[in-house]
Amino acid sequence: MAYITVTDLSLGYESHVIVKNLDFSVNKGDYLCIVGENGSGKTTLMKTLLHLREPMSGQIVTGDGLKRNEIGYLPQQTEVQKDFPASVYEIVLSGCQGRLGLRPFYSSEEKKLARENMERMGIAGLEKRSYRTLSGGQQQRVLLARALCATRKVLLLDEPVAGLDPVVTMQMYDLIEELNREGITIIMISHDIEAAAKYASHILHIGDKIFFGTRKEYLEGEMGRLFANKREGGERNNG
Amino acid sequence: MDKLFLYLQFPFVRYALIVGVLIALCSSLLGVTLVLKRFSYIGDGLSHVAFGAMAIASVLNFTNEMVLILPITVLCAVLLLRTGKNAKIKGDAAIAMISVGALAFGYLLMNIFSTSSNLTGDVCSTLFGSTSILTLTKEEVWLCIVLSVTVLLIFVLFYNKIFAVTFDEDFSNATGTRANAYNLMLAVVIAVIIVLAMNLVGSLLISALVIFPALSAMRLFNNFKSVTVFSAIFSVICAFLGIVISILAGTPVGSTIVAVDVAGFIICCAAGMITGGAAR
Repeated sequence: MAYITVTDLSLGYESHVIVKNLDFSVNKGDYLCIVGENGSGKTTLMKTLLHLREPMSGQIVTGDGLKRNEIGYLPQQTEVQKDFPASVYEIVLSGCQGRLGLRPFYSSEEKKLARENMERMGIAGLEKRSYRTLSGGQQQRVLLARALCATRKVLLLDEPVAGLDPVVTMQMYDLIEELNREGITIIMISHDIEAAAKYASHILHIGDKIFFGTRKEYLEGEMGRLFANKREGGERNNG
Repeated sequence: MDKLFLYLQFPFVRYALIVGVLIALCSSLLGVTLVLKRFSYIGDGLSHVAFGAMAIASVLNFTNEMVLILPITVLCAVLLLRTGKNAKIKGDAAIAMISVGALAFGYLLMNIFSTSSNLTGDVCSTLFGSTSILTLTKEEVWLCIVLSVTVLLIFVLFYNKIFAVTFDEDFSNATGTRANAYNLMLAVVIAVIIVLAMNLVGSLLISALVIFPALSAMRLFNNFKSVTVFSAIFSVICAFLGIVISILAGTPVGSTIVAVDVAGFIICCAAGMITGGAAR
């Protein structure tokens, strides 16, 4: 059984439907990219996958030993976080909150986990630094480390490279790819179809037309051809 | 100094100090969360609600006004914090609306049905804090101690959750923390503190107890734990100094405490600029 199976899902606000009849599944080890224009419902879909909001209709079933709260989440930055006085360590440690239950304090095991994940993300030296003084790329690494504290299985990333410069963007994609190779399932929302075509194993395109399939199917299909044409056109113009 | 020790021999002075310091401590702890959640003004709004409720209670001739004030204030706090995200009327507008609405109705009711000969004095003392902090009974002091200890315990036990929910509600919800339950808990605790604090600084100045300690701490410190601890210490010192000064100099208690808070904030700002404080 797949980690996440979505059947006949409809999303929207109040009575306004944004996406209809969505069917897809995510298996262990997949790297799924969700692409689509602004307002096509990407973020709404992600919030529904996280059970932050209810779908209008349809089902989301988790299986293969994945529990509902074993999903790590890398949200887009909020206004509140920009001047939040918190150290890197405090934020990463808060990724363990799902393990706390009714226990009030973190155990030494959880503190160790936080340190390991900081090391893994290459931010161990920033431990005592304030989150608000970090660069955009460093902040994303902190939030990734936090998400890794919450899960060993699935990571949901909402536009992880938004606002990052090209070099840091590449580093971020490499980091995510590495996590995927270590066996963590990735679901990523992206504007960047090019990156999706490069890294993803599966692609879900939502909008007027819905596509779900492997990267290969996408590139050979109608939408992929459109994308490839656009890219060639762009390159010709540049040359 | 001698004068201070002389005054300290009176129980009412000791009571005022105990209650003042405890209220300042509790409000500063929650202040950090409120300021970061962009709810700085909730103290103001809720205290006006409490004022309105008090007017209703006195018109209805309740002997124990708390019976009415506390539930109404808690209800409004819950409504305000819950509707924070999805409401048609957004956070700041909702607070402003409830705040001025309650203030107007409170004053209106007191005016129409007043039995007191000194109405302006009554209203003034509820708005700017009365001398009632100096006329506390032993029972009131104990009630305040019990409530403060409860608030402190809640804060310490749920410290990690409160941090997580304040920093990122969506992440908390996604990983299985019930953020709404914690928001509800915060709302109730805030309402209780505000009703308690009305005696101390009056309903117009309550926001000062909530925001100044948190803002001062944020000038100097970079992590949540230090900010919380420092704002608690800051608030306790300011409240203590404020009450002592007001007793010695005969100034109004509430506004003296707030004046000390403002002075403390300016000192922290300066210190932050010199040491590079929060910019590190």
